[in-house]
Amino acid sequence: MSHLLEVKDLQVDLAIPAGILNAVRNVSFSLSRGETLALVGESGCGKSLTAMAIMNLLPGQARRQAAVLSFEGDDLRHFSQKQMADIRGRQMAMIFQESMMLLNPCYTIGNQLEEALLRHQKVPRRQARDRAVYLLEKVGITAAGSRLKQYPHQLSGGLRQRVMISMALMCGPALIIADEPTTALDVTIQAQILSLLADLQQEFNMGMIMITHDLGVVSRIAEQVVVMYCGQIIESAPTRELFSRPLHPYTQGLLACIPIPGRSKRGQHLGSIPGTVPTPIGRLQGCIFRNRCPLAMEACAEQTVILQEIDDRRSYRCLLSPDRAGYNWLEYDEHE
Amino acid sequence: MLHYTCKRIALALLVAITVSFLSFMLVRVSGDPAYALAGENATAKEIAFVREKYGLDRPIMVQYLDWALKALHGDLGQSPYFRENVSAIIGHRLKVTMTLGASALLFALTLSIPLGVLAAIRPNTWIDRVALGISVLGQAMPSFWFGLILILFFGVTLRWFPVSGSSSWRHFVLPTIALGYYATPAFMRLTRSGMMDVLSSDYIRTARAKGLLSGSVLFKHALRNAIIPVVSVVAVQLGFMLGGSVVIESVFAVNGFGLLAYESIARADLPMVQAIVLILSLIYVLLTLFADVLNALLDPRIRVA
Repeated sequence: MSHLLEVKDLQVDLAIPAGILNAVRNVSFSLSRGETLALVGESGCGKSLTAMAIMNLLPGQARRQAAVLSFEGDDLRHFSQKQMADIRGRQMAMIFQESMMLLNPCYTIGNQLEEALLRHQKVPRRQARDRAVYLLEKVGITAAGSRLKQYPHQLSGGLRQRVMISMALMCGPALIIADEPTTALDVTIQAQILSLLADLQQEFNMGMIMITHDLGVVSRIAEQVVVMYCGQIIESAPTRELFSRPLHPYTQGLLACIPIPGRSKRGQHLGSIPGTVPTPIGRLQGCIFRNRCPLAMEACAEQTVILQEIDDRRSYRCLLSPDRAGYNWLEYDEHE
Repeated sequence: MLHYTCKRIALALLVAITVSFLSFMLVRVSGDPAYALAGENATAKEIAFVREKYGLDRPIMVQYLDWALKALHGDLGQSPYFRENVSAIIGHRLKVTMTLGASALLFALTLSIPLGVLAAIRPNTWIDRVALGISVLGQAMPSFWFGLILILFFGVTLRWFPVSGSSSWRHFVLPTIALGYYATPAFMRLTRSGMMDVLSSDYIRTARAKGLLSGSVLFKHALRNAIIPVVSVVAVQLGFMLGGSVVIESVFAVNGFGLLAYESIARADLPMVQAIVLILSLIYVLLTLFADVLNALLDPRIRVA
C-alpha cells in the first residue's frame, strides 16, 4: 500500500546569530489515509518545525532538506511556492493552537471560511456558504447560518477552534496536521475537540498528524507515536506498545511524569527528568540524551547512535538492547 | 455602528463647546481687548468708549454667549484691521489652506504607505534602509528649512516652480512637498511596524495555511489590520499639518489660513485670532471624529461589541 505522506531524513536548519541550529535532524515517518500519527516531545524539540517543513510554511531563516518528501505520490521537494500554495488548504490542511488572533479580527467567520474554498475551487459564493454552514454544523456549532456573520472576537476559544477545524475541512483535504490543537483550551473542551477530530478523521478518511506534548492526548487518538527529542526521533512505536513497553530511557522518563490509572499508586511521587535540553548547534556527536540519561555509558559520547529498527513500526535510538534499556525513573527521582 | 457614531458625535459636540469657550477666554486673558482695539496712544476716555461700543463692559459670560450665538449663525464679528466680516475673509483663506493640507496629506500617504509596506516585507534590505533614511531625514529637518531648500533648488536654480503665491496649481507643488514630507516619517514608521507585527501574527499563518497567495495575504489580511493605527495618526498629523502650515505658508507666501493667523496675531486683530483658534480646533475635532468613524468601519472590534 502506498503511503499518503512519506518523510525520510527530513532536516531543518535555522540560521540564528550564534550559528546554524540543526532544529530537525533525520526525521523519517510515513502516514496512510485513515491513520493518526502523533508527534510528541517537549517544546523546542522540532515537532512544529517538522509540520511547517511539510507544509512549506517555515520561517524565512529556516532551510529544509529531505531525502524523501512525498505526498500523494508527488515529490514536494521540488514544488514551487505557487504549487505548494495550491496544495495547502486543498489537499493538506493545518489546525493551529487556539489563540485570540487565530482568525483575522477584521473579517467575519463566513468570509474566512468561504475564502478557504473559493481560493481552490471555482464555485459560486452561495455554494461556499452552504459548505461552511454544513461544516460548522458538523463540528457541533448551533445556529451556524447566523454565526457566519459574526467576528472572531465574538466567539469563545472553543468555538474559534471549531471554526478553525471547519476551515481546515472546507476543501476536503487528505491530510490534516493538528499542531497542539487543544493546548489552550479548557479541559472539558479539550476532550470534546479531541473526539471531534477523531470522528471527523474517521468519517472523511483523512491522514492526521497530531502534534502534542500531552501523552494523554496521544493515548486517546493516535495509532502510531513518534517521540522527538532535540530535533531527532528518539523512539517510534504503535501507541499501545509505546505505553506498555517504552524502549528509550527518555520515553520511559516521559511516561513516569504522568499518572497512569492502575499503575501509579496513591501518594507516590511522579517522576521527572533532571537537567535541560541541549541546544543543537554545530557538529553533534554521540547520543543527544546522554547528559540527562541515568544509563549513560562511555560509548554514548563517542558512538553515533542510529535508530535501531525492531520491526517496521518500532524503532528507538539507544545503544542498549531492548531488554536492558529499561529504567525505573520513579526510583531515580526519589534518590535525587 | 449607528450607536457608536452617535456617541462619537455627541462627544465631539461637547469638545467643540469647550473649545469655543476656551478660545474665547484665552483671548480675554491675554490682555484687555478694549486696550488693543483702541490703539497704543488712546486716552482713558477713548478706551472707555471702545469698551462700551463693543459691549466689553458686560459680564464675561454674557459676552461669550453673545459671541457664541452669533458664531453659530456664521457671524464671527468684524475685523478692526480689514474693516470686514471675519467669516468672509476666513472662508476664502481656509479654502487655500485646505487645498494645501489635502494635497500634502495625499503626498505623504502615497509616499509613506507603499514604502512602509515594502520595508516591512523586506526588512534589513536596501529598500528598508532607504525608507529609514527618508524618515530620519524628514524627522530631523525643520520644515521651514526644507521649504527654503526646495525654493533654492526647484525655484531658483531649476526654475521649475514659482517660489511664492497661491494663484495656480504650480504654486502649490513646493509647499505640498514641504508640508507633506513633514508628516511622512510618522506614517511610514507606523505602517512598517504595524505591518511587521501583523505579518508575524497567527492569522497570517492561518491565511497562508489555507493556501492563499501572497497578494491576498498581504493586502486582504495584513494591510487592513496594519492600517488601523495609521488612520488615527493621520487625523492627528493633519491637525499638526494645519499648525505647520502657518510656517510653510509664510515661507512660500501662500495666502492661506496659516499666514492669516500669523499676521493677525502680529496685528492684535482679536476677533480674527479668536475665530482662527475656534475654526482650527473645530477642524481638529471633526478630523478626530472622522478618524474614529473610519476606524470603526475598518475594525469590527470597535464596531461590534
